[in-house]
Amino acid sequence: MSTSLNAWSDALSGFSPAGLPLGLLIIAAIPLVFIALYALTYGVYGERKISAFMQDRLGPMEVGKWGILQTLADILKLLQKEDIVNKEADKFLFVIGPGVLFVGAFLAFAVLPFGPAFIGADLNVGLFYAIGIVALEVVGILAAGWGSNNKWALYGAIRSVAQIVSYEIPAAIAILCGAMMAGTLGMQQIILQQQGEYGFLHYFLFQNPIAWLPFLIYFISSLAETNRAPFDIPEAESELVAGYFTEYTGMKFAVIFLAEYGSMFMVSAIISIVFLGGWASPLPNIGALALNDWTSGPLWGAFWIVMKGFFFIFIQMWLRWTLPRLRVDQLMHLCWKVLTPFAFVAFVLTAVWEIYVK
Amino acid sequence: MTSTTYTVIFYLFAAITVFSAAFVVFSRNVIYSAFSLLFTFFGVAALYVFLSADFIAVTQIVVYVGGILVLLLFGVMFTNRIMMTDLKTDVLNIVPGILILVATIGGLGYIFLNRADWFVTSERLQGSVVERIGFETMSRYVLPFEMASILLLLALIGAAFLARFDKPGKSEQ
Repeated sequence: MSTSLNAWSDALSGFSPAGLPLGLLIIAAIPLVFIALYALTYGVYGERKISAFMQDRLGPMEVGKWGILQTLADILKLLQKEDIVNKEADKFLFVIGPGVLFVGAFLAFAVLPFGPAFIGADLNVGLFYAIGIVALEVVGILAAGWGSNNKWALYGAIRSVAQIVSYEIPAAIAILCGAMMAGTLGMQQIILQQQGEYGFLHYFLFQNPIAWLPFLIYFISSLAETNRAPFDIPEAESELVAGYFTEYTGMKFAVIFLAEYGSMFMVSAIISIVFLGGWASPLPNIGALALNDWTSGPLWGAFWIVMKGFFFIFIQMWLRWTLPRLRVDQLMHLCWKVLTPFAFVAFVLTAVWEIYVK
Repeated sequence: MTSTTYTVIFYLFAAITVFSAAFVVFSRNVIYSAFSLLFTFFGVAALYVFLSADFIAVTQIVVYVGGILVLLLFGVMFTNRIMMTDLKTDVLNIVPGILILVATIGGLGYIFLNRADWFVTSERLQGSVVERIGFETMSRYVLPFEMASILLLLALIGAAFLARFDKPGKSEQ
């Protein structure tokens, strides 16, 4: 298993016909194509359908069978729309805002392993990098909000950034618990330690009696970091129109949407890597039924990590259409007085467990 | 990748760092200065990566981009009428400025040429430095580490004390 680790991405990075590093470009393009495809299919269409079923509606039904082609029609519409930059806007910041935002969401995909054979860059600080690079997204949101020169946009941006910066703290401490269990920050190394013949029993969530606490804390914080409900006051439509992207139209709006779906998958992938084994198969070997061996391998790994990511995205959508949104003070209360102390408790208990019990 | 590619990428990042830093100083728009600082911090992080210090590079992004730059932008955006004040980017104190410039460049150049004990190796550092940083922090440098944490704790308590509003009724007594 470990001999073929990163085999595909290593082969791709060596692929340079006529001295051009074409393989490196392909490695960078794969997550980009993945984000676009998944945001189109599962992201937009799936979210509309899931929300419709939860509210006892049908959702999009007109374009194609069950409205499958609705998202394509929407994209065509967005492409044709006029690209409006309002007169009073700060043109430069308004234009680079969505770009910086998307780059921030996309950079973390460099260290997300898509299966045992493919990872953009197997850094030894991969996990640290993935939770640190979100900072760029924050700057993109501020650029978009300030550049719009609109009070709703600015309020939305400031709320969003205050929320992301605050919730980074419980999220980082919760992730640190997972890093302590693994003893490394490299993504592939973390997953390798959760792989074994008993399938899901090797996952860190089931290896440690306290692991459910950082797992829950990280999941709640990740909702806030991606501005998803119940933490979506940055784009609360009843008070702020649409938050920091109020003024955006056409493809710039589409880019902001792609960034949101990109970071949704990113946090879902991180939580499944740290606590639920990433690309490791959840099926155990039962005697002669070697389910784990049959469902392991490069392609199966890609399947498992994408499915785990999609599962958490489904929970995010489920919560969005179930829970009401929190007020600003409730939001900050939850972060600083509930999640952060419990994250410290989880941190200490995990350390005690790792040192004295295990 | 060949060594020429590395050199080209290095000079690219060096140029980004220097030019964005110059823009921070010379720009008349304080918001543009703050956003330009983003590219400076990223350029410096990239230079750390070239020195095989990837942990420090990521820390640079977390601390400077995620912390200090966002704090700066917040400060600028919450300050009333900040866009209306004229920023002075003229040359004001020529003689002291030149003196300080010459002294700094001379001092750095002297240290660079004569005193510095550069650790030169032809091989890139391999393997993870995270464990070694952890061991060193918890063994040899544990006192500075603890002192820094106490300083930060003091700053935190001070900030919380300044930020909390007085309870009603307390001032009336």
